[in-house]
Amino acid sequence: MAGTASRDNAARQPGAPWLTLKTREMLEAWLFVSPTFIGFLIFFLGPLVAIFYYSMTEWNLLSQQATFVGLRNFENALLENPDFWHVVRNSVIFALGLVPLNIALALSLALALSRPFFGVVFFRTVFFAPVVTSAIAWAIVWKFMLQGEGGAVNQMLAWIGIDGPNWLREPNWAMAAVIVTRVIKMVGLNMILYIAALQSIPRDYEEAATLEGASRWQVFRMITWPLLAPTTLVIMVLTTIGSFKVFDHIYQMTGGGPENGTLVLAFYIYQQGFKFFNVGYAAALALIMFAIVMALTLVQVMLRRRDME
Amino acid sequence: MTPRRIETLYRICWTVALLLLAVPFVFPFLWMISGGFKSTTEIFGAPTLIPRVWRFENFAEVFAYQPFARQYFNSLYIAATVTVLTLFIASLAGYALARIRFAGAGLLMLFLVMALMVPEEVTIIPNFFLIRAMGLIDTHWPLILLPVFGPQGVVATFLMRQFFLALPRELEEAGKMDGLSRFGVWRKIALPMARPALAAVAIITFLHSWNLFLEPLIFLSSLDKFTLPLALSNFNDSYGLPLWNLQLAATSLAVVPILIIYLIAQRQIIESFALSGVKG
Repeated sequence: MAGTASRDNAARQPGAPWLTLKTREMLEAWLFVSPTFIGFLIFFLGPLVAIFYYSMTEWNLLSQQATFVGLRNFENALLENPDFWHVVRNSVIFALGLVPLNIALALSLALALSRPFFGVVFFRTVFFAPVVTSAIAWAIVWKFMLQGEGGAVNQMLAWIGIDGPNWLREPNWAMAAVIVTRVIKMVGLNMILYIAALQSIPRDYEEAATLEGASRWQVFRMITWPLLAPTTLVIMVLTTIGSFKVFDHIYQMTGGGPENGTLVLAFYIYQQGFKFFNVGYAAALALIMFAIVMALTLVQVMLRRRDME
Repeated sequence: MTPRRIETLYRICWTVALLLLAVPFVFPFLWMISGGFKSTTEIFGAPTLIPRVWRFENFAEVFAYQPFARQYFNSLYIAATVTVLTLFIASLAGYALARIRFAGAGLLMLFLVMALMVPEEVTIIPNFFLIRAMGLIDTHWPLILLPVFGPQGVVATFLMRQFFLALPRELEEAGKMDGLSRFGVWRKIALPMARPALAAVAIITFLHSWNLFLEPLIFLSSLDKFTLPLALSNFNDSYGLPLWNLQLAATSLAVVPILIIYLIAQRQIIESFALSGVKG
């Protein structure tokens, strides 16, 4: 680097461009990245700094004024407001239900669909279709199908002699319903990531193991699964983060109800910030959510690293 | 049984299992379309897949209930604008990050990774006040600015950078020899070669904007400014209960064109998502 710079300087003659090559390169580069960089400063870094301040204020709706209250909002969330822990519990249940189900289903589908056979394109297309569909549209249709009376799901259950519950009116069933419908909506994405990973595993490994007499399960357990570990980590992190961020799906299907049974963190933040205008409290909640997401990511990365050693 | 027949049997079992599993993925679309043609009485009666009476008036009523055509157009032009802007900005930045060694590049990359890690819920509250201070509440500006400069734009930048890194440099060097400026090299040589990456970015960006919900919900209040997802969730009677047949008809109108495009270009679309998923 230093060598190039001095050579540029030496080469500069009277009448040559005022800027050295290196400075010009740098200016050009910054010109190229300037829209991204300026947007980043205004709509990301600024807000990120501001949210720390917001989280330590209390807003007066009438005068639109913020009063500094220190860590009051965090105390309120963590120690006083019973809603908060209820909401965290809901979010954790949602994640614990969604992530394993999503990954297990995505992996099974990918194993079934990673090799060409008659109909493979059809199946991939079908399982991926909900991913390109709007979450609101998906939630509208499922809400319609999950009605207690006259809903398509209960009608089908009746055919096999099951008397289905009023899904979205009972807290536990509603939670199960949003988890399962969300998995169906999003599983295609993870399936595709797994298929890509499976196709990059050389076939020789599995063939050699099969020749040595390993069963399908052994091949999967001893060869395929360990080779998929990096993909599984990425998928786990992304899916967990995604599950904590779920909003539109819940908004449309249950509105956080019944009896706050599906009130999850992202929805609670929206409610507090934009419906009740508890801006300071909502900002504190948003930061807590950020901390949870970061912690989960770190834990998963660390667990995986220990696993691999 | 011979191993061959076992294999065939195995295949058949798998296919049947997959077909059963496909039901909850396909059925909602069929049920949505069928519900869109039903009358209110049939909606609440015993459900059948094929409507007993096809009620085409639903689709006219959708447009009478809200300015649905206007809302449809809003979604289209916003998604198109976001896509074009993202392509331009992300390919510029991605190119510089891939090709030019400059002071601050490492720091910028670090910042961009950070932007990917932070959930949108964290920045949306300050952004709301920022947009309000700019006087842009109930306009389409936030729906364009926030996605272009938010995490979605960052994903696009990384995708473009990754693609440019994998391109051979020789052509660009030749272009430089021929006296093209840096911008000229980007515009005339790098961009045309980056078509596959641009297509992938365009697809995921368009769909992301088309399906965006939180931002329209927060920023928009006039019906004729709504975008589709917000409009869809708005088909309620005066008690706040859904007007199912209208809502399903409107949802069909919003979803079916996307599905048709998806069926035609499924390979390309799925690949685009795979690419962005691996990156993200």
